[in-house]
Amino acid sequence: MIGNNLPVLIVVVPLLAALVIPLVRKGNVAWFVTMTACIAVFAGAVALLVLVGEHGPISYALGNWPPPIGIEYRVDRLNSFVLLIVSGISVVVTLFARLSVATEIPADRVHFFYSAYLMCITGLLGITITGDAFNLYVLLEISSLATYTLVAMGTQPHALRASFNYLVLGTIGATFLLIGIGHLYMATGTLNMLDLQQRLPSLMESRTVRSGFAFIIVGASLKLALFPLHLWLPSAYTHAPSSVTALLAATATKVGAYILLRFLFTIFGIEFSFGTLQADKVLLLAAAVAVITGSVIAIRQDNIKRMLAYSSIAQIGYIALGIGLASVTGVTAGILHLFNHALMKGALFLAIGCVAYRAGLVNIDSIAGLGRRMPWTFAAFTAGGLSLIGIPLTTGFISKWYLVLAAFEKGWWPVAVLVLIGSLLALVYVWRVVESAYFRPLSRTGRNIKEAPFQMLVPTWILVLANIYFGINTELTVGAANESAVMLLGAITGNP
Amino acid sequence: MQWLGHYNYWIYIALMMIGFYAVIAKPNLVKKVIGLGLFQTAAFLLYISIGMVEGGTAPIVWEHATLYVNPLPHVLILTAIVVAVSTLAVALALVIAINRAYGTVESDQIDAQNIKPGR
Repeated sequence: MIGNNLPVLIVVVPLLAALVIPLVRKGNVAWFVTMTACIAVFAGAVALLVLVGEHGPISYALGNWPPPIGIEYRVDRLNSFVLLIVSGISVVVTLFARLSVATEIPADRVHFFYSAYLMCITGLLGITITGDAFNLYVLLEISSLATYTLVAMGTQPHALRASFNYLVLGTIGATFLLIGIGHLYMATGTLNMLDLQQRLPSLMESRTVRSGFAFIIVGASLKLALFPLHLWLPSAYTHAPSSVTALLAATATKVGAYILLRFLFTIFGIEFSFGTLQADKVLLLAAAVAVITGSVIAIRQDNIKRMLAYSSIAQIGYIALGIGLASVTGVTAGILHLFNHALMKGALFLAIGCVAYRAGLVNIDSIAGLGRRMPWTFAAFTAGGLSLIGIPLTTGFISKWYLVLAAFEKGWWPVAVLVLIGSLLALVYVWRVVESAYFRPLSRTGRNIKEAPFQMLVPTWILVLANIYFGINTELTVGAANESAVMLLGAITGNP
Repeated sequence: MQWLGHYNYWIYIALMMIGFYAVIAKPNLVKKVIGLGLFQTAAFLLYISIGMVEGGTAPIVWEHATLYVNPLPHVLILTAIVVAVSTLAVALALVIAINRAYGTVESDQIDAQNIKPGR
């Protein structure tokens, strides 16, 4: 019974929990319900990953309406992997959130926070699992609306401005997606992704489909924060509560990348996306500029959250770079980096959350000398930073390795050079933090600062250890990413 | 004059651009929200238009009817309207909160205040 309905339970459980939480009105109970829901979803995602690995794609007809008429939930290699990332990160961040939220959110609003938090996760999981284009739009808006409220709960009034900006840009992006989906419906008469995949090839010359493609790619890129559509991201990440930043950085942009992958490869097919319309050139250019400018701007930031936000833009560039290379190795690298970046940015933002919990401000100057006061926290930050740079034995190395491999496969050595330059720039901005934390004298206010509480260190270190584990044992990640890439690129040659 | 026949698509584009202009050019946050509403409504108009079948009647079972318009886009837009209303609610709530924190809803004045206090 549970096994058969697993695909829908993954969305329904957090949704129902989100609706129950405002009724309980107690911060701790709300946290407990959130945690339970997240663990349940994670267990479901692991079960789905195993099931899909053994039996192939699962199709679930929502409300027992058969797919072309009803909404279909479809789980295959790619989205079972993304589900695992989103649900896994949400468990870890929720574990972290309890103390962090208690200091950053007024006590009478904590239950609303968790309600919006779960709603955001619901939307992200739903986008990932759905096989219906319009359903994707609705769930995108659910997660986005929840995200706007979460960002607005930041401690400073800047958060409101950041949230409003995000709302305007996010809504424009989502409406673009809506228009694009409308164009596809106009041309094909279906909203089911598999039906679209079958009917679109004969309509390649249609201007309706082509403009729909443009609308969808721009809309998805806005959600992904691909350069130059990233303007909402830095402020939103900087001013959101610590746990929200970690959740968004590790999951929301990843789901954006998933939308892009789904539309580019599964729905439109590589021949149309990259052959006829040559979207790969646009992607590569945007990605290259994102890697360089994101990293360079990150170096100049004093606020560490903002620095990591700009670094995220650069890292999203790597994901797009992998997709734009349009080979099996390239897409593998993109999907791998999707997973690995979730781990490393999750770890980094959680470590910064620990600092914010004790020190309040997280500027380069305000953390001076804190490396000695908070050894575990800064060790975690350093380990996450090494992963970000791409040192061997960390996940960052694995995805960059495949990226460079894919570049050489095509003989595009400038791309490989770009990846290396990006790594060097990452070294500079991570070093600025490490230098300040370990080699500068402790400020007067810093003397009273203690190590972050155990409950916050544990989730941070879970992600750090995951960074190291998946940097050494790549069986699961490379396997899943590679199979997904083969599936995505194989679908167009006619042998799925 | 075939392009005139598609006049509702022209209106949809025009409406969308008016909304887009307001979002970009108007410093007042409430005006931005109105522009955003126009922008979204334009997309609804697109969906309603694509459901049209020439000579079709409203999709309600009726003995004299031979042709119905496609009801699916209309139903989809009902959902999208709910989304738009929720977005409007969140946006207005944010504007109220911004007005409380900054005492203004003009984005240039807000940005001027944002620069002064230490970041």
